[in-house]
Order: sequence, then C-alpha cells, then structure tokens
Amino acid sequence: MGLYTYNSESIPKTGRIGRLVDHLFEKMPEIESARAVLLTESYRQTENEPMIIRRAKAFEHILKHIPIIIRDEELIVGSTTIAPRGCQTYPEFSYEWLEAEFETVETRSADPFYISEKTKQDLREVHKYWKGRTTSELATSYMAPEAIRAIDHNIFTPGNYFYNGVGHVTVQYEKVLAIGYEGIIAEAEEELRKCNVSDGDYAKRSHFLEAVIISCRAAITYAKRYASLAREEAEKCDNAQRKAELLAIAENCARVPEKGASGFYEACQSFWFVQQLLQIESSGHSISPGRFDQYMYPYYKKDMDSKKLTREFAQELMDCIWVKLNDLNKCRDAASAEGFAGYSLFQNLIAGGQNKEGIDVTNDLSFMCIQSSMHVMLPQPSFSVRVWNGSPHEFLMKAAELTRTGIGLPAYYNDEVIIPSLVSRGLTLAEAREYNIIGCVEPQKAGKTEGWHDAAFFNMCRPLELVFSNGVDRGEQISIQTGNVEEMSTFEEFYDAYKAQMNYNIGLLVNADNAIDVAHAERCPLPYLSCMVDDCLKRGKSVQEGGAVYNFTGPQGFGVANMADSLYAIKKLVYDERKVSMADYKEALLMNYGKGLDQTTMSEMTVQIAEGLKKSGKPVGEKEIAVILKAIKAASETPEIKAKGEKLLELIDEVPKFGNDLPEIDAFARDVAYTYTKPLETFKNPRGGIYQAGLYPVSANVPLGAQTGATPDGRLARTPVADGVSPSAGKDVHGPTAAANSVSRLDHYIASNGTLFNQKFHPSALSGRTGLENFVALIRSYFDQKGSHMQFNVVSRETLLDAQKHPEQYKHLVVRVAGYSALFTTLSRSLQDDIINRTEQGL
Amino acid sequence: MDYMETKGRIFDIQRFSIHDGKGIRTIVFLKGCVLRCRWCCNPESQELKIQTMMVQGKPKIIGEDVTVGKVMETVEKDRPYYRRSSGGLTLSGGESLCQPDFARDLLRAAKERGINTAMESMGCAPYEVIESILPYLDQYLMDIKHMDPQKHKEYTGRSNELMLENAKKIADSGMTDLVIRVPVIPGFNDRVDEIEAIATYAGSLPGVAKIHLLPYHRLGRDKYDGLGREYPMGDVLPPSMEHMRRLEEAVVRASSLDCQIGG
Repeated sequence: MGLYTYNSESIPKTGRIGRLVDHLFEKMPEIESARAVLLTESYRQTENEPMIIRRAKAFEHILKHIPIIIRDEELIVGSTTIAPRGCQTYPEFSYEWLEAEFETVETRSADPFYISEKTKQDLREVHKYWKGRTTSELATSYMAPEAIRAIDHNIFTPGNYFYNGVGHVTVQYEKVLAIGYEGIIAEAEEELRKCNVSDGDYAKRSHFLEAVIISCRAAITYAKRYASLAREEAEKCDNAQRKAELLAIAENCARVPEKGASGFYEACQSFWFVQQLLQIESSGHSISPGRFDQYMYPYYKKDMDSKKLTREFAQELMDCIWVKLNDLNKCRDAASAEGFAGYSLFQNLIAGGQNKEGIDVTNDLSFMCIQSSMHVMLPQPSFSVRVWNGSPHEFLMKAAELTRTGIGLPAYYNDEVIIPSLVSRGLTLAEAREYNIIGCVEPQKAGKTEGWHDAAFFNMCRPLELVFSNGVDRGEQISIQTGNVEEMSTFEEFYDAYKAQMNYNIGLLVNADNAIDVAHAERCPLPYLSCMVDDCLKRGKSVQEGGAVYNFTGPQGFGVANMADSLYAIKKLVYDERKVSMADYKEALLMNYGKGLDQTTMSEMTVQIAEGLKKSGKPVGEKEIAVILKAIKAASETPEIKAKGEKLLELIDEVPKFGNDLPEIDAFARDVAYTYTKPLETFKNPRGGIYQAGLYPVSANVPLGAQTGATPDGRLARTPVADGVSPSAGKDVHGPTAAANSVSRLDHYIASNGTLFNQKFHPSALSGRTGLENFVALIRSYFDQKGSHMQFNVVSRETLLDAQKHPEQYKHLVVRVAGYSALFTTLSRSLQDDIINRTEQGL
Repeated sequence: MDYMETKGRIFDIQRFSIHDGKGIRTIVFLKGCVLRCRWCCNPESQELKIQTMMVQGKPKIIGEDVTVGKVMETVEKDRPYYRRSSGGLTLSGGESLCQPDFARDLLRAAKERGINTAMESMGCAPYEVIESILPYLDQYLMDIKHMDPQKHKEYTGRSNELMLENAKKIADSGMTDLVIRVPVIPGFNDRVDEIEAIATYAGSLPGVAKIHLLPYHRLGRDKYDGLGREYPMGDVLPPSMEHMRRLEEAVVRASSLDCQIGG
C-alpha cells in the first residue's frame, strides 16, 4: 500500500498549451548577448574583490538589467531570452569556440542557432575581457601534460565541464517553496552573526554568506521586475480574461520566491524562478527538477482540499511548466552538440517511488506529470519514473502509455538497485530512498550532493587500440608500453595489457577532471546554487569548494559491449582455437578488415611515414606525400587484404556475442566492465569525495565512435560504438528478453553513477491493454534481475525506412503485423513496404 | 525423468512472443504437419524431414533434433518474464500432434516446473493422442478454418470432420481452456456467413468463451521462394480492417463469444 490514494483519471489538454508549444518552435533558436555583456560590465567593476562576491554581484547585475518578457498566454513567467528557446552565453567558462564558430553555428547539422551581426559584435567586444580569465584556461594550466595529450588523442573527453558550468544538480526546491528567499537570507544572516572576525576561515566564510544574501536578493528583485511588467501589461490589456491572468501573475511574482508559497499556483511560479535562475547563474545542463510530484504535493493537496484549485487548472499549470522547460536552451561547441544532440538540457524530472521510510508515495501529481508529457510531447523535461516492487501497476501502465507515443519518455529506474547502490557510497538508507535522477541516468540525493555526474566520456575501445600499438597513437608514444602484442603468449597476458592501458588512462582522466574541478572552485563558485544545497550555509562555502554533504565525480565509460565482444573474440580465435594469428588480427584492424580506409586514417598514416622519412634525412615534398598516400590506399585494398579481412569477419561472426543470453560471454562482459568501474572508485576528487563510474554515452557513442579505429569484434573503423550497456547494434538476435537477461548480468550496483539500457519496439508490441501489460511485465522482469535503468525507442516509420537502408543495424527489430511478429530485416522489400505503409496509418 | 530425454524435431524457438497465448511466451515450433493450407505462413514446417531453405541468399538448415531437456534450457531462460506476465510455453508448428510423445513431454516438463502451457493446433489426430496431452495443457488454441468439409478439403488437403469432432471432445473434457482461432483467408472463409457458421459452432462448445479472428498476412511469402516453391496465394491482399470489423460483428451476432481480431 502506498501512502496516498490517488486520482489517475486523464485530464484533457487546453488550447493554450498547444499555442504555447507552437510559439516556442516557430523559429530557429537564437543566441543573445545580454547576459555576457552585463556579466562583463560587472566583472570590470569588481576587479579587486573576492571571487565569490564578484560572482554574486555579477548575478545581481544581470538580474537587474537583463531584458524580460512575458510571452502570449503564459501563466508561468520568467524567460532567459527575448527570443523563444534562445540562449545566453557564458564567457566566464569558455568563449573561444563560439567566436570560432560564429559563421557556422547557424548552418551546422547538430543544434544550429541563429546569431545576429549585432550579437556577434557585442560578444567579440566582451570576449576581449575574458582572455586568460576563464575556467577552461585555468583548468588547462592545472592539467598534467600527459593528460592533455590523452585528451588530444581522444582517449577520453572531459569537454562538458571544461567548456561549461557543471550543472548536474537538484537543489532544495522544497526549501524555497516553504520559506522563500527571505527565509534563506535569514539563515545566512544568522550564520553571519555566528562568524567571528578572528575565525581562521572568517574571510572565506563571511564572504560566501554575503554572496548568498546578494544572490537571493537579486532573485527577489528579478521576480519583482516581472510583477511590474505583468501589471503594466494588464493595464494595457483589453481582453478581460487575459487581464485577470496578468494580474494573477503580478501577484504571484510580487510574493514568490521572496516568501514561501501560499498555494499551488505560487509554488509553480516559485519553482520556475529557481529552475530558470540556476541556469542564468551558470551554464550547466542537467539542472534537474527531481521529485516534482513530491515537493509540490503539499501545495496541491492543500488547495484541492480547500477547493481553491481544480485538477484541470493544476494540470494546465504543470503543462505550462513543461513548456517553459523547453524555453531554456544552451549553445554548445559543434563537437559537444553532436554528443548531446537535440538541444537537450537534460532537466530530469522524476515521478513515483518511495519516501524516506520506504513507503510508496505515488500521488495525483505523479500521474499528472505523465499527463503533462503527453500533452506537450516535447523532449523536456527528461521525464523519468521510479519503479520498485511496491509501485502501483496503474502508474506503470500510464507510464507505458507515454512510452507508446514514441517520444522516448519516460525512462524507468529501479529503486531496488539504485537505493542499495547509493547506500554503498555512504548515503543513509533514508536519503537513498529519496533519490532522484540527474541528467540522463545519474542518481543522487537532492539538495545534499555535488555529484559531477557527467564528468567525462571515457572510450573503452581506445585503450585496446593502445594494446595493439604498444601505447603509440598517430606516431606518438602517448601511453605506457605494454609490450609487443604479437609476443603475448596467453590471453591473460593480453587481458592484463588491456587492464594496464585502462588503468594508466583512467589515472589521466582523473587528473584532467580534478584540474577542471579546482578551476571551477577558484573562478566560478556559485553562491546562488550553493544556498540551496546542504551544508553550504553551515560550512560557509560553495558547492564548488566542497560545501555539499556528498561529493562525487562520475565520468562515464562506454563501449562495454564492443570490448566484451572484442576481448572474447581474441580469446577464442587467437588463443583458445588458434584460428588466427595475432599478427593477422593486428593487420586486419589496421586495414579496417579490407573495407577501405577513411581519409583521416590515410592522412594520419601518411604524415607518420613522411615524418619518419624526414627524420632519416630524406626530403619530403608534395609529390612524395602524394606517392605515399597512393601507396597506402593501394596496400589497404589489395585483393589479398580484402579476402583476409572478409575471412576474419566471418570467423568473428561465429564467435558468441554479448546480448544473446549466453552466460559465458555475459560473465565475461561483467568482468570487462570492471576494468573501468573498479579502478575508478579508488580515486579522490578535490572536494573530498570519491569517483564513481557510470556506463552510458548520451549520444556520444556516434561522434566518439568516429574517432575510433576498427575493433576486434568486427566493428569497422569510424562507425558508432555500442550505446550504454546495450549490446552492439544488431548483435543481439534473440529478442528483448535475451538482451535484457544479458545486460542484467553486468554489475549495475558498482556503476553507481548510472547505466543506460536502450530497447527498440514497434508500436504494435505495445498495442492494446495486453500490449501495455506485457511491456510493464518486461520492465519488471529486467528489474527483478537487478538491471538499473531501461528506456525505449518505439520505432516510427522513419526508423523502419532507415532499417531498410541499414539492415545490419536493425537485425533485432521485431515488428508485428496482423497477429504475427517477425524480424523486420528478414522480410522481403515488398513486405517491408507493406508494413511501413501500415505503420503510417498508425496501425 | 525419462520424459526429459524424449526427442523431437523442431525448426525454431521464438522468445518474447506476445501474441500467442497469455503474457510473454516462448514458442517452440515443431516440424511436420498433416495439412497443406494454401495460406500457410510457415511452409518450412510442413515436411517432417529436415530441409534446406534459402534465407537472404544463404542456405539454412531447417529442422533440428533435440531432447525435451535441451528445449527446456531455452524455455527456462525467460522464467522471470513468465512470472511477471503470466506467460509461459507455447507449442506451435506445423501441427504439434504430428510428434505426440515429444509434444506431450515438452508440455509435461513445463507444467511440472510450474510454467504455464499453451498449444496452437488444428486438433488433427486421433482423440486418444490429444487426451494424453490434455493433463499438461493450460490453454488449447485450436484452429477451425471452415465448417464446409468440401471446401476445407480443397484448401487444406483434408476434410474437417475429425477436427470438429475433436473440438467437441476437448470442450467436453473440461480439462483445458479451449480458444478457437480462425485464420481469415480472402476467397476461402472471409464471407460473413462462413464466419457466422464457425462462430455458431464454436459458441455451442461447452466452456469455450473466446474466438480470435486472425487476418491473412503474407509474412510467409519469402519462404516459398526460399524453398523453391510457388506461393499458392499469388497476389491475394490481406483483408481490410473494415472487413475484419464486419466479421467481428458477425461473430457477436451469431454467438456470445468474446471476439478478438489478432492473436
């Protein structure tokens, strides 16, 4: 039994919501310069003040002067840009990439942004100030040269926090809702009174507390600007209904977030200011609302009980918030934009689950959260649901209905794994039970944690390449020497070499992350965010400086499936069965299995050979280079190389693969994942916390796969690496239960920064009540076996068309037509067309 | 445990099947059939002998001799899913009753391990054979394709008397949940009066509550090419959804059965 009785009935969408969504997506999002200009103005005036004060004053200056707007028909207000879905820039973290991309940012394929000539001009001017003052420049100066080299060679990329603010946090929304910023200011003042000028930490502590007070006052000022604007607009408004709405907005903004919320509408507005202003303070993404259905519930309940609120209006307000979450945006550098494709801010909002006593707390709002996602059908919030043995069946059925729409939401999380996993990292049981998800899949206890959850991508395939090259990449010794691979006489020796290459490079990753961490603490401490995370006020320091109760760094590894299949293939073919020599394997990888070398690889090889020639004193000109290039191309495409490559691919094809419910290879995959997760947890970060691994790639498996050569599992050079802990695309051929069984055999507890398992379904698999029942049963069964996360791609007609073009990527795609299920790619073209045409009709 | 050693010939095991019986199921396809239905979507199931079929340009051996124990290893793998979905094992074919000992022992092995069992079958075997299976069978998904013996023979190669009689006996036994399934084949049984006749008969069977109308589909067409056979249905199109709805209405008129389109 849960704590609450709930009303799960659907509530219809209002016309307003559709219009708000349409307005948001009318134009390409635009970059605006107001924040950067105001920030810089403030910084120029505070040169000799403590950094934390400078940050607070800059925040205040921005909030006093940044242009504000109320969009047509909005009920919840607060927009960071005048243009819908626009973004501000954050030069204090990095700016050079943006200036370099001014001319291409509008036309690039991933997440383009419009930028006006005026904005370019403003930003060029502002950027002059920032040379030598950014977190990224300071971070570089703290990094070890070998770590910088490893980044240059794409072993890992800490680009996210290197270029941007950290974000990745859930603050104490409930605190602002309860006592308002006046309450937090009072707490800070109380702490300030306790400070003694002779205390050892007086300087830091008192300045931090002052900075908190400045920041909270700034937030209040900003809300009051909205109150005035709403009043002005109300006066001008002829439409009586809209006039009343604007006056209500004015009243809300005059009260919150200064004071505690008196009802649900005020709570919604207060929530929104917190969410929006966190993102004005720093550029981080994955600032996650967390357990919205829990901290909003008391206000909803109170208003419902006193008949001040209808469920319909509550739903409309929530829908408005869902729309607003898509109004925030962020421009990333071109490479990162590919890794985080889809303008996503990963504002993860989660419903359902247990309270600190272990009782299920699914309530009306949990259902209404699902309903909001169905109403807006937009990527934000990244909506998640918590699942445990006590989750109401009805709740999961409603979530499954959302899955069936094909928007890829919600993601499902398993309390039964995540709670003990967090306890193993030092959280109390009560805290762990209240977890929510940050960003993609990363669990934390809200309001107490600085988790650095998305600290880097570590490409587990690259260290294997270093085993084959004895630590050399593009002609340079970038890693340790683990010996000549042809001379490794046992698989254990080979596997040890891989582990050694992993360990060395994981160490470098830690060095890079810690350097960035220190740079953020020194140059961009965030007083506003910190005042809503325990124990910053008591400790008198920002989260960046270690003020949070729990401190982690969570870089994620990806390519587990590729490495499991690769190492297993080497074990079987080279050592156990001796069907291939290591020398031949090495050659095949170098030659991309005879499937042709891409331009990048060939130019790299040419450069190496040319440099070798130069060193030995031979003149190398354009003519010589052309000759070398031609020779390499010819050598990689000889009939002999092609035939050998083909033969080896056939042998590899016969070796069992991860994802097919074969205990031997699955156990092997578990061990391979440990080569990343285990060494990592031995390291410490500068905030006094430890490292914890995640196993998920966001969408980076595609661009980072493009930086990876051929791997021994038969994966060709530059093609995508496996996604999350999912099996390699097309290698799992026994359906969703077999794949789920395999993935559940990994150790999901140790990857306490989250794992990600994707499955694809055709909408027909979820058709009718029975379809949903079976779908929910599938999730429950995977979770019974201690998987941690599951998300679903219910494939569209577009996917089926893509499957026709690239059948090798979709070998596992099951479709159902008129009563039978079949593997889509095994059908003839005409039948596939049949099915596609029916899908179009919505089946 | 001798029954675990019983051998039989199968041609596929399909996991995560969600349209053939309750919940998430594993379907074991047994080789060999007594009928030769023109619309058969598993033509490789018809011959009992092991065959070679071309699949996407490559020869594939169809048919494998396995013990009950071996099959159960795969069936057991999805036990967590059966538990959560009330799913289990389904036998299909071919006609499972062509290998009566193997079919019985597979069902028995599942049943004794607490796994729910179902079988898709035409019931085309002496009743004693069926009777020996019933104690281990939770749900019998039985085809009735036509009420007219002549037409039945013309399209499937056999008359229907034995099957109709068996349906009655199975229903009378009360030992299993009998569900009637009708493949709706254009030009064979897709007239309203034809479906009505089947529904009337099915409705008269004691204990039968459900009937499934399975619209003809062409998913088996490629396999005929692979076996070097001509596709007997030519360019016949699947029935439209509107037509299926009309037939569903006919069932509702003719009987009090719960009618469902699709499995």
